Amino acid sequence: MNAFVLNLPRSSPRTFLAVSAVLWFGVYKTLEPLSRWLADALPAERGSHLHDALQFFLYDTPKVLLLLAGIVMVMGMINSYFTPERTRALLSGRHEGVGNAMAAMLGIVTPFCSCSAVPLFIGFVQAGVPLGVTFSFLISAPMVNEIALALLFGLFGWEIAVLYMGLGLTVAIVAGFVIGKLKMEQHLEDWVRNMAHVQATVGADELTLPDRIEAGFASVRSIVGRVWPYVLAGIAIGAAIHGYVPQDFMAGFMGKDVWWAVPASVLIGVPMYTNAAGIIPIVEALLAKGAALGTVLAFMMSVIALSLPEIVILRKVLKPTLIATFIGVVSFGIMLVGYVFNSLF
Amino acid sequence: MKNIKVLGTGCANCKTTLKLIEEAAREKGVEIELEKVEQLQDIMAYGVMSTPGVVVDGKVVHAGGIPGRDKIGGWL
Repeated sequence: MNAFVLNLPRSSPRTFLAVSAVLWFGVYKTLEPLSRWLADALPAERGSHLHDALQFFLYDTPKVLLLLAGIVMVMGMINSYFTPERTRALLSGRHEGVGNAMAAMLGIVTPFCSCSAVPLFIGFVQAGVPLGVTFSFLISAPMVNEIALALLFGLFGWEIAVLYMGLGLTVAIVAGFVIGKLKMEQHLEDWVRNMAHVQATVGADELTLPDRIEAGFASVRSIVGRVWPYVLAGIAIGAAIHGYVPQDFMAGFMGKDVWWAVPASVLIGVPMYTNAAGIIPIVEALLAKGAALGTVLAFMMSVIALSLPEIVILRKVLKPTLIATFIGVVSFGIMLVGYVFNSLF
Repeated sequence: MKNIKVLGTGCANCKTTLKLIEEAAREKGVEIELEKVEQLQDIMAYGVMSTPGVVVDGKVVHAGGIPGRDKIGGWL
């Protein structure tokens, strides 16, 4: 029996996926009643603040982790279709406009690590992907990633996750388009411009469905293994904060009516570096205490999309003018998102 | 003796990869010549777009992410 179950992903991958999906959904649906039952079993008085906080924690923790694992699993499998080489081949020779939109969307599904930003950048430019299109990819890939989306979805609902994705894509597309229009190719470092042009080719894709399932599990192991402490911290803050900090604590300086809050958040966020998971506890705390949604999302985007370490690495391939333009255009886009959001909600 | 190069600009994953290969070689008792390639120009010369990359005897065998133990075993 055990050997049969362990072999299922290899022997009949489709059945395995279907069964897992049903199981996942079943567990997800039982979390709410289960957490209520657990909270009642604990020696905290029903209806008390402690009881509420406990139930919130007992429900949200497995819910968010389960969502994260599910989304990371699916994305891990999708990622295995979109290697950087394939994405590059798809983008090479595209024109601006359509190219920017494609690049931003491919940025979501192509596996990306910020430490590979520069090799990727050079690889794209070398294969004839236009500079602006390359930037669209480089902006969207870290900012709109599955971890950020899964966590926003789990903690704040799907509306905010979808909005974040839409706005992130918009910033990436428009910023890349603007950089392309500025014709800044001469501001690439000389050694990059002088590199031999390469043909973008992709080897045959030999992965089978079981391989992709394995890739999905591998990314669940590595991502959820790395991210869970942040998730716990975020939920604990969310659970604890409700009673102990005055509700409008942040409204005074990050509320809707504070016009300078958006640029100030972006200014603070740009040099900061943390991954999407690390920022979530902060976002949770700020939102719970009356900070405006647009301001918080702008802060989150600027922390994830731009960072001092990334700028230092990019300096190896971009001249100062182009770096400054890149930071300027992206920050401006993010600020605009913040303002638009604040005026809509 | 096999020559193995790990391409990467010094990120955590690259260091882990280097360590894994070292360990695997010691376990198997295979002698290898292990090198780190950290200069961007040199890395790009191999046409690798995601680091860490691994080159065995001049051939790129891996790019992006930490390679699995089985994969490393296969190179040795």
